[in-house]
Amino acid sequence: MSGYSDPGFDTLALHAGAAPDPTTGARAVPIHLTTSFVFESSDHAASLFNLERAGHVYSRISNPTNAVLEQRVAALEGGIGAIATASGQAALHLSIATLMGAGSHIVASTALYGGSQNLLHYTMRRFGVETTFVKPGDMAGWRAAVRPNTKLFFGETVGNPGLDVLDMPSVSAIAHEAGVPLLVDSTLTSPWLVKPFDHGADLIYHSATKFLSGHGTVIGGIVVDGGSFDWEKSGKFAELTEAYEGFHNMVFSEESTVGAFLLRARREGLRDFGACMSPHTAWLILQGIETLPLRMARHMSNTEKVVAFLASHPLVARVGHPMLESHPSHALAKKLLPRGAGSVFSFDIRGNREQGKAFIEGLKLFSHLANVGDCRSLVIHPASTTHFRMSDEALAGAGITQGTIRLSIGLEDPDDLIDDLKRALKAAEKAGA
Amino acid sequence: MSMYFAVNGHKTYCYTGGKPFDAAKPTAVFIHGVLNDHSVWILQSRYLAHHGWNVLAIDLPGHCKSEGEAPASVEAGAGFVAALLDAAGVQRAALIGHSWGSLIALEAAAQLKERVSHLVLVGTAYPMKVTQALLDASLNEPMKALKMINVFSRSTLAAPPSALGPGTWVYGASMALGRRVLASNAEVNVFHRGFKACDSYANGETAITQITCPVLFVLGAQDQMTQAKAAQRLMDKAGASGKTVRVARVQVGHHQMTEAPEETLFAMRDFLNTP
Repeated sequence: MSGYSDPGFDTLALHAGAAPDPTTGARAVPIHLTTSFVFESSDHAASLFNLERAGHVYSRISNPTNAVLEQRVAALEGGIGAIATASGQAALHLSIATLMGAGSHIVASTALYGGSQNLLHYTMRRFGVETTFVKPGDMAGWRAAVRPNTKLFFGETVGNPGLDVLDMPSVSAIAHEAGVPLLVDSTLTSPWLVKPFDHGADLIYHSATKFLSGHGTVIGGIVVDGGSFDWEKSGKFAELTEAYEGFHNMVFSEESTVGAFLLRARREGLRDFGACMSPHTAWLILQGIETLPLRMARHMSNTEKVVAFLASHPLVARVGHPMLESHPSHALAKKLLPRGAGSVFSFDIRGNREQGKAFIEGLKLFSHLANVGDCRSLVIHPASTTHFRMSDEALAGAGITQGTIRLSIGLEDPDDLIDDLKRALKAAEKAGA
Repeated sequence: MSMYFAVNGHKTYCYTGGKPFDAAKPTAVFIHGVLNDHSVWILQSRYLAHHGWNVLAIDLPGHCKSEGEAPASVEAGAGFVAALLDAAGVQRAALIGHSWGSLIALEAAAQLKERVSHLVLVGTAYPMKVTQALLDASLNEPMKALKMINVFSRSTLAAPPSALGPGTWVYGASMALGRRVLASNAEVNVFHRGFKACDSYANGETAITQITCPVLFVLGAQDQMTQAKAAQRLMDKAGASGKTVRVARVQVGHHQMTEAPEETLFAMRDFLNTP
């Protein structure tokens, strides 16, 4: 099937969730900067609160602009719906808080963004949720880590920053044997590079701050439900399959056979934790998504050129990108990520810490800051910044050394990026002389 | 909130819309279509349950939470509905069906006569012929056929807030539900069986003349699965035989309950509230 009724990715990136405004004719998505929405009557109000009718009540719970973003990302991922959140971290927290409480257990990959590692290792532990970390490629480790109280498997499509590709088909199979869902952070790949639901994932979240937005302007997150996980069959999720006194004694899995997670996440998680997204932020992320396919193609072609340059430079000891045969995930990346494994990667400079510092400070086009997925190229030293709370052992687990430098390749002319790197590497060389 | 009835010796799941079953209230029975279950009616059934109605939104036998043999014909489905009313102790009920479920509701209304107070046919057609290509695909390539029917069913890329609330991607939700329903029966391909039942039903024109209640047609103006014009024969027959006929045309496709939840509800509510 093809045509309007079965649109492709590029068309969905522009149109999913949005139609010309029926009142004003506005073609672009309007920004609904309003806290609340007027009820037609007392009965309408009661019906909305009781989920007898669908609509907007209060922008912490839902908003028309956010709803466009939610539909659009769900469409691009092949999901059933989504919830926009204040940040990627809020999306991760919302996912965890919806599925479990104190006494629960998570099995997670060691190759995680430092902020996610903090949340699991320190913060959630304080609230009684424990996490066992497993190397992403250690299938026996994933299986052995399962406990009776395990409620979730969690990993990144490609680990930050070592780019270990998560073997989603294998990890999800182990998760499903254990009766738990696989949650995947797909921030670094975006749905243009991989659709995790096609490979067994049950829930996906993004830091929409990164490639979805693409312009380094806003903080936002989004969690998408694939509608594939059978919460009732699992028997481990009373949160979704038994009456919830906190919301009309609703049994979420009865209300929706495939959407129980989203129902509870919105009706409890956004209501009580309140980490919602501003409609203005949603609008800016929508602007970004409209060009996601174009940007991702350019991110990847630039990355190929930069990786090839670095891999052949004498001052570079290692380039950690799966497009290189030397990368441990090379074969898996070819299988799961045929369009490429992303434009965020790390490399190691031969030399000491001072040379690393000279390299970063010698860059002109690359901006030294804590972000990835911007249209501009970025650089950072993970061991002293994004992953600084991690022990040496945990750093090694994430594929990071003291000499590791992370790049996020942007959309500039690739020759200019290579010139910039060339100059900075020269500066590093001089610093070691 | 839900309850189970033993119907023909099998556990039958009925969603009651968040309210306990109360025999003193009028009852509305919701009957889903092929590869659907009770959850496609959530908004409409939950509303009615909180506005004076007993709601029984069923999973047909052999579908999701209901045991028993999946109906192999519209007549078998109608027989099940009659048995359900007996099992629930319901003397009189409104029957509301979507697509295949609309044919089951129609046939049941013809069999049950005065025991049916109102008949609502959503996304209906008669005859409800299924192309051989789609029948074959539902049997041999069900995932491909599932995609085909959902593409045919969709009319918009921008549905209003729907069954899961704002942020629902209706197409994806329907795909996921179809996969779940198909997987719920390891013995029978309920996709192919349901389509065969639609395709082979031959009693529609007779049945519509035998009903004794008013009938509402809720038709999607952009419906490519059951085109609105394909309901005309039933409407003509109903009118010619003196039935009270109402028609609500909603500007969507075959996902009337999720692409146009409000219009579908209002048409249903206003009709059911007319004695």
